[in-house]
Amino acid sequence: MRAPWAGPLGLHHPGRSVLHRAPVAAKLVALAALSLAVVLVRGLTAAVAGLALVVGATALARVPWHRTTRGLLPVVLTAVALGAYQTWVGDPARGAEAAVDLLTLVLAGSLVTATTRADDLLAAVTRAARPLRHVGLPPETVGLAVSLFLRTVPVLVRTVAETRDAARARGFERDPRALVVPAAVRMVGHARSTGDALAARGLGDD
Amino acid sequence: MITFEDVEVTAWTSDPAGGADRVVRLLGPVSLALAERRVAVVGANGSGKSTLARLVNGLVLPSAGRVVVDGLDTADDGAAVRRRVGFVFTDPDAQIVMPTPVEDVALSLRRTVPDASERTARALDVLARFGLADRAHVPVHALSGGQRQLLALAAVLATEPAVLVCDEPTTLLDLRWRTRVDDLLASLDQQVVVVTHDLEAAARADRVLVVDGGAVVADGPPGPALAHYRALMTGASAAPSGERRP
Ligand SMILES: Nc1ncnc2c1ncn2[C@@H]1O[C@H](COP(=O)(O)OP(=O)(O)O)[C@@H](O)[C@H]1O
Ligand SMILES: [Mg+2]
Repeated sequence: MRAPWAGPLGLHHPGRSVLHRAPVAAKLVALAALSLAVVLVRGLTAAVAGLALVVGATALARVPWHRTTRGLLPVVLTAVALGAYQTWVGDPARGAEAAVDLLTLVLAGSLVTATTRADDLLAAVTRAARPLRHVGLPPETVGLAVSLFLRTVPVLVRTVAETRDAARARGFERDPRALVVPAAVRMVGHARSTGDALAARGLGDD
Repeated sequence: MITFEDVEVTAWTSDPAGGADRVVRLLGPVSLALAERRVAVVGANGSGKSTLARLVNGLVLPSAGRVVVDGLDTADDGAAVRRRVGFVFTDPDAQIVMPTPVEDVALSLRRTVPDASERTARALDVLARFGLADRAHVPVHALSGGQRQLLALAAVLATEPAVLVCDEPTTLLDLRWRTRVDDLLASLDQQVVVVTHDLEAAARADRVLVVDGGAVVADGPPGPALAHYRALMTGASAAPSGERRP
């Protein structure tokens, strides 16, 4: 059996590092600032500096590397593909920068979820979403949506893996429809039952 | 006490041939008063069991008639009814919201326990009671299917609802986990209404409802009700099969 891959996000790793003890809001603001900087500041030097910063922070948080790297493997592959494509269209510097930027963003995101308990994240997002009340969005619901998103990643990964195995068992090795259609149908079904279950648990009633 | 008063559930379906939409009756009319501590609901796939179960906590509202739980009408006081009636689904993945068991149980307690650390402590107590103490901080996706269903139950029972409704809670489980969940349900103080394909479990109920084609066709002690159901499913009776497609 394949060991469950949880995606790069959503795995909390308990610890007592500075990052674990930092206020959630501060981490979210830092993540937002870093993301903006990564996207706005051009140049390979800046990109590498950003990555070094996040790698340093990960070491500081003492999140085990094997977990981080395993979660990141598909992202690394995507980053390499992205870099290779940019190089192929004749802009290797741009390619390297894009690849490094992508890694930085995902690593930073997974660092925040690894060092933050979901309960605290939920509370912080709910607090941050308070102004949205004025446009008719209940903050509790926004916080819940974020938690649900994190929970859905492993479910989606498992659904795709099972659907791919089922397609291969039926001899559809290459037909993308045999993967996409049943997986999409199952995820829509999953979304509907999740909605029912939330209502049944009284979440979103208030 | 759960009462159904002339309850009917209808739905619009579109005609695949392109004709006009029409109304189909999914359930009813059903009148029931359920006071027994253990009620089992059995029936073929598509017979209307889930519709019946969901009526109890207001996830489905009657198109006609009313459903009343401890004096609360599900159509008027849905949120209050859902606080009294816990509901467990077949697939725990649809029900578990948070990444770890302790956080998911804590989420259930948000309304009643405002203090976060107190909430975590209470959640750990609940998990210990359900034999999940050593799984409290493990990512939910790393739990076995049986452990996930146990967690779903723990999260719902954490708020101590007066009634527990389970819609095929053991259908996805192997025999060992099925026995464990059935034993757990049997040990609860709550009134339990369970939809099941497990006739051994149904035989231990105080009362069995047999649903077929959107109607309750047998209702009573397990012996005669389950005999009726077996006859229905093996075609020994003249009654039509319950399978309906919208
Ligand atoms: N919203 C709906 N619209 C139309 N048909 C529905 C709807 N919900 C359920 N049905 C149909 O109603 C019947 C009873 O469904 P359900 O209560 O889920 O049965 P069971 O749980 O016994 O399998 C099925 O034929 C199902 O396809
Ligand atoms: Mg059903």
